[in-house]
Amino acid sequence: MPKKESYDKVTGAGHYTGDAVEARIHHARMKISPYAHARILGIDATAARTAPGVRAILTGDDCGVLTGEEIRDRPIIAKDRVRHYGEVVAVAVADTEVQAKQAADLIKVRYDPLPVVLSPTDALRSDAPVLHERLGEYEKGEGVVSVPGTNVASVIHVRLGDMSQGWEQSETVVENAVAFKPSDHAAMETRSAIAEIKPDGRVHIVSSTQAPFAVKQYLGKYFGVDVGFVTVEAPLVGGAYGGKAAIQPELIAFLASRAIGGRPVKVLYTREEDMVTAPGHIGLEATVRLGSTKEGKIKAAHLIYRFDGGAYDDKSSDIARAAAGDCSGPYAIEHMHGECLTIYTNHPYPSAFRGYGHAELTFAVERAIDALAEELQMDPWALRMKNIVVPGDIAPTRDLLTPSNLGDLPACMERMKRLAEWDDWNLVQVDDHRVRAKGISCFWKNSSIDPNASSGAIVSFNPDGSLNLETGVVEIGTGTKTVLAQILAERMRMRTERIHVRFTVDTGISPEHWKTVASRGTFMAGRAVLHAADDAIRQLLSIAACVLRADPDDLELDCEKVFVRADPSVQIDVKEICYGYSFPNGNTIGGQIIGRGTYTQRRMNPMNPETGEGTPGPEWNVGAQAVEVELDTRDCSYRILKAVSVNDAGRVMNRMGALGQIKGAIAMGLSFANRETFLFDAEGRIQNPTLRDYSVFRYGENPAYVVDFVERPCLDGPYGARALGEHGLIGMPAALASALSRAAGVRLNRLPLFPERIWRARMGYADDTVSV
Amino acid sequence: MKAEHVVQLELHVNGERRTAVARPADLLLDVLRESFGLTGAKPGCRNGDCGACTVLVDDRPMKSCLMLAVESAGQAVTTIEGLQDEAAQRAFVEQFAFQCGYCTPGFIMNIVALSRLEPQADEGTIQDWMQSNICRCTSYEEIGKAIHVVLGKR
Repeated sequence: MPKKESYDKVTGAGHYTGDAVEARIHHARMKISPYAHARILGIDATAARTAPGVRAILTGDDCGVLTGEEIRDRPIIAKDRVRHYGEVVAVAVADTEVQAKQAADLIKVRYDPLPVVLSPTDALRSDAPVLHERLGEYEKGEGVVSVPGTNVASVIHVRLGDMSQGWEQSETVVENAVAFKPSDHAAMETRSAIAEIKPDGRVHIVSSTQAPFAVKQYLGKYFGVDVGFVTVEAPLVGGAYGGKAAIQPELIAFLASRAIGGRPVKVLYTREEDMVTAPGHIGLEATVRLGSTKEGKIKAAHLIYRFDGGAYDDKSSDIARAAAGDCSGPYAIEHMHGECLTIYTNHPYPSAFRGYGHAELTFAVERAIDALAEELQMDPWALRMKNIVVPGDIAPTRDLLTPSNLGDLPACMERMKRLAEWDDWNLVQVDDHRVRAKGISCFWKNSSIDPNASSGAIVSFNPDGSLNLETGVVEIGTGTKTVLAQILAERMRMRTERIHVRFTVDTGISPEHWKTVASRGTFMAGRAVLHAADDAIRQLLSIAACVLRADPDDLELDCEKVFVRADPSVQIDVKEICYGYSFPNGNTIGGQIIGRGTYTQRRMNPMNPETGEGTPGPEWNVGAQAVEVELDTRDCSYRILKAVSVNDAGRVMNRMGALGQIKGAIAMGLSFANRETFLFDAEGRIQNPTLRDYSVFRYGENPAYVVDFVERPCLDGPYGARALGEHGLIGMPAALASALSRAAGVRLNRLPLFPERIWRARMGYADDTVSV
Repeated sequence: MKAEHVVQLELHVNGERRTAVARPADLLLDVLRESFGLTGAKPGCRNGDCGACTVLVDDRPMKSCLMLAVESAGQAVTTIEGLQDEAAQRAFVEQFAFQCGYCTPGFIMNIVALSRLEPQADEGTIQDWMQSNICRCTSYEEIGKAIHVVLGKR
């Protein structure tokens, strides 16, 4: 089933936020900080204000609102102080983009640089500058526990069993530390937003957002606008990967519009701003200590995660919370203690990134599992098999794992073993210099979202009997709208081609879908679509029953006809009744049939920050992955030959789409692990804020992909489907590090895995040992 | 500071003569998008790094962020909107060679040029050409398959 938006996307007809080119739209450009930490001594905008076409210059003095989803700690435009390189210090609003840029360049800002904090470890030192002195006063979300007076934005503990018992039962103990710096999503479409404030106070936003309903909610909250007065439109989004769930460009566009009497203003980020001003991918420093029996049964785990929360909290404390919930990795460990901290630094702040803390925690856990296998001299696959979760085990959140809420990890592991040809897992010498090696990893992820997050669907008939399907899921490239149309077609027993979907989400019309994140589109909106379909079917059968003079219970719907089950010759076309039925004399009953449905996840509740107990999500998605590399031992350059991923998809809804999701995520995970990182100088300034020097995979650098699915249905998912969108990525950094460690004969615990870093580790330089 | 000097431009775009008033410093990309509404060419970096703005200039692929609009006068510019049911477009649909679709016009324009100028391209040549574009969603394997279909190497 080709994607519904196919022809728009291959012809240039598909429109993204930045494609709005209208004379009435004004333009905003940002002035950003060249320092990672500095006091703002003064801003001189005299020249900028008188430049041609300039309508307004905004600084931190123009808006005192603090923003943030977990902790309200971030000014929209910096005031008195900047806390990261690239932070917005002023905004120029002008008639054209060129004029706005020229004006922004004319703004003079005087700074007094301050000492910088460039890692979670540094941020925890007693003499570290405190980045948020008012941390204690900030408004916080439920369950966010900060430590005022320090750089600890949040801390959450997860405890199971009794650690002293666990260590007593352990005959072998290993400890392994990992680290990586913040990096970027690098979606091809840079962020963009247009804001307009109508004469009656209505606010209209168009944005490259994954979370239009959240934009609506927070805009209302930050600026005291009734949410009903805010509408947010999300057209096609040009790549998101979690990064466009953060609310930032909308707020700048709103302030800019407000400053010029509500006229529409567009802000379109440059690539550099998209990388350093907009939020990126979180960094981490972690230490994992595992205790096991001689036979490899893990008895105790102490896991310390120090997430690099950057200058402002945004979603990072929630990423840490999500990681805490699954902190053990997919292993049943009786005695464990996880500590997840979010720590302020002078790095750009993070937002969600595909996997939401899970590629990160998986890297830490899997590297430790490999270290344990080495210590025990065991096959790393067999060690994992001894410890992986199965139904009947207890999750770190103390949820009971069942065959429905937990994917079939043993089956994934078995299939991966075959596809990766793991029986032959030892190092292969190719020639004098080159060796080949494999690495594996397995993972789990519970998609934890707000406990009351809901998703809705509306289906309405056209006079020809075809259907319109409206949901709040943003089309970010995942093909979810097509899958939802397939789900509707399946339930309505009609062809998917007869289902029409609209690509723009408009919060004024579309039923709410909390956010298009966490691989929840198919799961939640899919369930809402089934409800809506059932609602429409009930209405169809009720009218048909009247016309056919039959009990609705005796009727069936198929191929756009309603007929009597026992006598299909008694039938009527859907198109005769979907706008009501007109009798020959003109009398009419019913009207256009509109079905509606909503879905909310069952019995969710937040985690206790002291124990981790709670039910933050409905199901754990699992997978097993492998990577094969060929390393040149002279210079440690390497090729990634093959990447294997076996995921429990529950049920594959659209095979080509599912393969695309997994393979694309593999590529993104490998690109991240292989080469992606921001390069900070000693003052915290980013040295590679362009796609020329922030390198990502290009054509031909990808490995061969081997992707397969296990399909053990999730009873809550639509037709048994489980989540897919993030799960090709999660184990890739760990599997690549595992393969390269085996090839290089040293433990590699830092990302990205630059050849130089491997070479340094082989030469015994300190670079690769991480002390946390 | 006074208003900037502008020039009248006549360009040949998608087989039509189009006129625009622009600054001599305006990029071909911006004139295509803002003067003609041809937003199929996408800005991704304005630095020649990502290829999302690739168009054809006299049948050769050109990143329209690396060319001034005034430079293109007298040459035939083709954007994705000017393609008529090209094999590359069909192949992209069949092979699921796009996800978010933002890089797609640039890739398709590059592939159209490749198929015309290097119809016998081997893997190395294909790679040389395609490395000028970035796709962040797909695995590149799908795009590779689409190229093979277009070049008749299925």
